[in-house]
Amino acid sequence: MSQATNEAVLAAAEAENREFLVFSLGDEEYAIDILKVQEIRGYENVTRIANAPDFIKGVTNLRGVIVPIVDLRIKFHLDNVEYGGQTVVIVVNVADRIVGIVVDGVSDVMTLTPDQIKPAPEFGVTLSSDFLSGLGSLDDRMLVLVDIDKLLTSEEMALVDSTSNR
Amino acid sequence: MDIADFFDTFFEEAEELLADMEQHLLELDVDDPDSEQLNAIFRAAHSIKGGAGTFGFSVLQKTTHIFENLLDHARKGELTLRADLVDTFLEAKDIMHEQLDAYRNEEEPNQEAYERICQTLQQIALEEIGKTLDAPAEAPAPQKSAPAEDDKEASAAAISSEHTLKVVLLNVGDKDRGLLVEELEQLGDIQSQSGDEKRYEVTLKGGVSADDIEAVMCFIIEPEQIEITTVAVEEAASAAEPATPVPSAPAEPSASEEKPAAPVAEKAHASKSPASSKPGKAAPKKAAAESSSIRVSVDKVDQIINLVGELIITQSMLDQTVSDLGDQSVGNSSLQNGMSLLQRNARDLQEAVMSIRMIPMEFVFSRFPRVVRDTAGKLGKEIELITEGKSTELDKSLVERITDPLTHLVRNSLDHGVEMPDEREALGKPRTGKLVLSARHQGGNILIEVRDDGAGMDRERLLAKARENGLNVSDTMSDEDVFQLIFAPGFSTAKEVTDVSGRGVGMDVVKRNIQGMGGRVEIQSKKGEGTNTRIVLPLTLAILDGMSIKVGNETFILPLSTVLESLQPAKGDMYAMAGDDVVLKVRDEYLPVIAIHEVLDVENAITDPTKSIAVIVQGEGRRYAMLVDELIGQQQVVVKNLEDNYRKVPGVSAATILGDGSVALILDITGLHRLSRAKKEAGKAANQPYLSYYKEAEPS
Repeated sequence: MSQATNEAVLAAAEAENREFLVFSLGDEEYAIDILKVQEIRGYENVTRIANAPDFIKGVTNLRGVIVPIVDLRIKFHLDNVEYGGQTVVIVVNVADRIVGIVVDGVSDVMTLTPDQIKPAPEFGVTLSSDFLSGLGSLDDRMLVLVDIDKLLTSEEMALVDSTSNR
Repeated sequence: MDIADFFDTFFEEAEELLADMEQHLLELDVDDPDSEQLNAIFRAAHSIKGGAGTFGFSVLQKTTHIFENLLDHARKGELTLRADLVDTFLEAKDIMHEQLDAYRNEEEPNQEAYERICQTLQQIALEEIGKTLDAPAEAPAPQKSAPAEDDKEASAAAISSEHTLKVVLLNVGDKDRGLLVEELEQLGDIQSQSGDEKRYEVTLKGGVSADDIEAVMCFIIEPEQIEITTVAVEEAASAAEPATPVPSAPAEPSASEEKPAAPVAEKAHASKSPASSKPGKAAPKKAAAESSSIRVSVDKVDQIINLVGELIITQSMLDQTVSDLGDQSVGNSSLQNGMSLLQRNARDLQEAVMSIRMIPMEFVFSRFPRVVRDTAGKLGKEIELITEGKSTELDKSLVERITDPLTHLVRNSLDHGVEMPDEREALGKPRTGKLVLSARHQGGNILIEVRDDGAGMDRERLLAKARENGLNVSDTMSDEDVFQLIFAPGFSTAKEVTDVSGRGVGMDVVKRNIQGMGGRVEIQSKKGEGTNTRIVLPLTLAILDGMSIKVGNETFILPLSTVLESLQPAKGDMYAMAGDDVVLKVRDEYLPVIAIHEVLDVENAITDPTKSIAVIVQGEGRRYAMLVDELIGQQQVVVKNLEDNYRKVPGVSAATILGDGSVALILDITGLHRLSRAKKEAGKAANQPYLSYYKEAEPS
């Protein structure tokens, strides 16, 4: 993470540029706004919650705070969902809530200039383009920029009590 | 830095001052008023006025000003107090509170109420004292005329009596200092200023008194950090005792009248203002009072509680590791000693931290003298209120939530319980009814009672009313059950609806609130002798006595208060009902069975009920048999909210962290039952192996 802070300092100089944490789900590369990330930790000690959607793995203890864990691999219908020593949980802070998301791995922190961010095309059913803030193109790599705020507070993630519901 | 940052401090202090004022007004004996109390009321009004002026809350400032003047006459004996005057004063206090709330919400206070109370107060002044209070010349004690606060013009007029004050700021940071100096500039002419962070001296010329300056400053810094002296006195005093704050020269009239120093010193410390008194005596006493408590936000306390909880968990993990070492650790006595020391210290720390959240019941009880007085007055009844066990401590969150239900119960007692004075006399009871509020610890609970010596409850009337309301009752019900009827929604036996109560709304809310806090209400009553309403609450919501159970590989916590017993069900005692419901016969009672592994989809659980354990639990008055694999044991758990970061989970009330750092869910009995029904209705249960087991077993 010290690399991240270094780059944060650099990024402050170039006001328009945004920093993203890049993570992998299967062979695909995704990225979220680095400012939403609280910490990165391993996948361990998750208590299952009954009758919850399958992508909600349960809750875990994050230094005395009960935090739900969402597996984006299941949410995005990826094959090969395995939990091992390399499985990583990105703890994000969205809408005054702390949520852990399970990903296959975290690769690096990228700074994207505005012209490197392309608008997202209308996507398929699995990941609505509502939850994307764009596509990042970086040499020969393509990063799917996820609007983690919108995604995690959306109704289909079932993480937040909807107002109509009790 | 903006002065608005200090608004909150002012609001909190003003609120406390108003509460003080009310308490003193209520205690005041109109025939022989205690001058100390009158002074205290006066000082409270004065301090609020000072603050209101500083922050530009002109309506509040003017109201307090008129009120203060009137109080000043009262404390000087020029105004003879009567009960109706005290009522008016209380009303004025209420209006001031409303104004304060309005300012807090950034609204303009109610102009009509303001004008009315000002007029009323001035009327009293005119009639009772025979002179107006408007003119600045009529303002109270000379140094308290506080011209700069009242209005700028008056301040100009008062300059003739100006004097030079030396204000010394001790240990004040640069930022605060700048702000303070700005404030001082508004109060008078700054002649000179010098010094550093540790000691900064400002010489101020103007007509402002020392305690007015302090009243303003106190919203920014602590009273110990400020010393105010008049220049003339300063020279003499500094030679003798330079570190002691020396009071301002214009001695308060009362100080010169009352020769003994002690009461004056006491007054000074109570008022938080350095009223002119003997120097050495007032200062240390005041310092002691100020440092005896600090204001800390609840968030900070909760954070500490959280961290200590973490520490305890870490400690038990370490403990586990050490005991896993077994033989290796036995030889290492320093490790063993260290571990037991750590355990003891961690537990002590947890206890100490939990006690921070505990506040005495006095905070709740202190509002009742007013409630009783007002309600009794409205109903034309004579009531004596007795409070017992004010120092009993209770978790802060519970204290906040118990106030409303308790107020409701007290009003109910006054309205329906205690009879009219004449009626009481006819019955051979004293005219004045007695209402007792008591609180005490009982085991791990706190017991709060509302007792009256009124008419008591009429069993027959309750039953008749219940039938009228279509409730299912029988004549053979126990008294306790009959009295519980009053908690049914819409139930009221009052002959007429009054302003105070009788609409039948409320008692059900009272019960729900108390149950929501994990408590219960009991009623004991004897016709003609009175009613005793008992509220039993857990000491804290943060810690729960739990029974840990195991189902499959998962651990859950059942609140111990819901667990009645546990037993091993025999095959013959289980009956299937209407297809997919199952009941367990326990001593002539048929209890609905909830199989946790089925409701919560636990894998690898014991599906044969005769091999599992049935825990008999009670929730919202109903009993259930819960099938679990194993009972692990009883333990105290720290309750953690699931909804902070997630959402409400059906069948689960909260979560906790176990000794190994993992999360366990705390089960909600009635929620589980609802969930189990919902699942069965959804047809999911139809192919559960456990149910088919019964269907096969049924014919035998």
